Amino acid sequence: MMGWLSRGILPTLLLLACLAVVWEALARALEASSLVLAAPSAILAEAWTHASEIVYSGLSTLVSALAGFTASLVVGTGAAVLMAWGFWSRANRFPRAILLKVVPVVVAAPLITIWSGAGVSGPWGASFLLGVFPVFHCAAIGLSRVDPDLLGMFSFHNASRWQILARLRVPHAVPMVVAGAKVSAGLAVVGSIAWELVAGCAARVPGLGCLIWQSFARSHTELLFACVGASTLLGLGVFLGVESVARLVLARLEDPARRF
Amino acid sequence: MDQHNATGQVDAREVGIRFPSGTLALHGLNMQVASGEFVSLVGPSGCGKSTFLRLVAGLLEPTEGRLTVGGMDPDETGRPTLGCGFVFKSSTVLPWRTVVDNVALPMELEGVGVAERRARAMEWLERVGLTGFAEAWPASLSEGMRIRVSMARALVGGPTILLMDDPFSATDDITRAGLQEELLRLRGEFGFAVLFSTQSVPEAVFLSDRVAVLSELPGRILGEVAVDLGKRRDPDLRGEATFASKVREVVHLLARAQP
Repeated sequence: MMGWLSRGILPTLLLLACLAVVWEALARALEASSLVLAAPSAILAEAWTHASEIVYSGLSTLVSALAGFTASLVVGTGAAVLMAWGFWSRANRFPRAILLKVVPVVVAAPLITIWSGAGVSGPWGASFLLGVFPVFHCAAIGLSRVDPDLLGMFSFHNASRWQILARLRVPHAVPMVVAGAKVSAGLAVVGSIAWELVAGCAARVPGLGCLIWQSFARSHTELLFACVGASTLLGLGVFLGVESVARLVLARLEDPARRF
Repeated sequence: MDQHNATGQVDAREVGIRFPSGTLALHGLNMQVASGEFVSLVGPSGCGKSTFLRLVAGLLEPTEGRLTVGGMDPDETGRPTLGCGFVFKSSTVLPWRTVVDNVALPMELEGVGVAERRARAMEWLERVGLTGFAEAWPASLSEGMRIRVSMARALVGGPTILLMDDPFSATDDITRAGLQEELLRLRGEFGFAVLFSTQSVPEAVFLSDRVAVLSELPGRILGEVAVDLGKRRDPDLRGEATFASKVREVVHLLARAQP
């Protein structure tokens, strides 16, 4: 634990602290307007003043990101498993799946708002749209690209389609699904915030995207920086959370050597 | 061990296979393997050795000729897995299963109960010298140990013929020699026939009662060399003149396969 701290977190914190010191010194030396270059001390003070607002918005974004991430995990993996089972062919699958990938969330956001109204489904819908393709794509690769000798070995033992899916394809795909889930987790936070930046504060419970948008509209640069920092911390937190769950799942399911 | 009473394990008459791509992989192949016999297939790379093993295993169907395994026609009985074991070219050990669970896999697919399949898997792990590694993950094993796991899994069902598709090709010389002796010991103990493909002529001569040489594509048997060096194959045999003579005989036949 201490080793991980000293190798991973401490050097990063040290680097950030150094950057903050240089930034503070520059802001003071240049006497730049806080509209252009807010000093870290001013940003921290503003963050403290608006702490409850930031935390409340952050929680709202977290909930919608987790909802969108969960939906993308379930739908993406489920669709890939159905494809592996033979419900539809790979040739049909990819053009449709890629449509999901290439529709930019900023373009789809107004449409999602029109369809979902001012409820909570907008942000998580955007998170889902961004997150589903990586999970689906990775799961599909993991389920389909199995060593032909392994498939031959199962066929040799007269394994049924279900046995091949449950005992070969799905376990083979687990590390790939986890890799896709890690990408999707980061995108889920981005999707939720990006939706609010485009669609405004339409959600019933405004998130960080709404706060960023309001800070920008009021030229409240210190709060804007504080929100950007909070968004980064939130994205990092979600990623580390998914990473921890993935480690627990893989430790129970399989050989550590296969982890991505 | 449940032995078949068939006089011959493999009987291939004018067997051929043409793949959907149009490639004629085997044509007019005649070969018999008797019960308890050890026959090796050697030939140029891509000549159809693995394809013939897959035909015998029932993983492919011949498009020409007639093939019976253990006295049964694979067309009538489905895959002749009751009498066959198969060791693939790659070790095909599942990395997400422990060693004992890998060996127990064929029984699990057949629906054998947990206690019974585990007990039988442990018996076979003891026979291949891996008792202490039953709960290990395959990634912690050497390549030679993974091949032993594959052999145990192929033999756990008590086959009368073991099909081996160049199984030792990925190992170093010392490991390879150890695995060859292990295979001969198990065969001596349990009496199963072996149909073995390899790129190594000395390996084929050391292990086999008979070496069959395949031609280039489409593969057919160019000739056979009987290896009448006795049932006991001591490692010192490799240094003897009779061994070298048999190797030369196979190499000469092989030279005809590569014009």
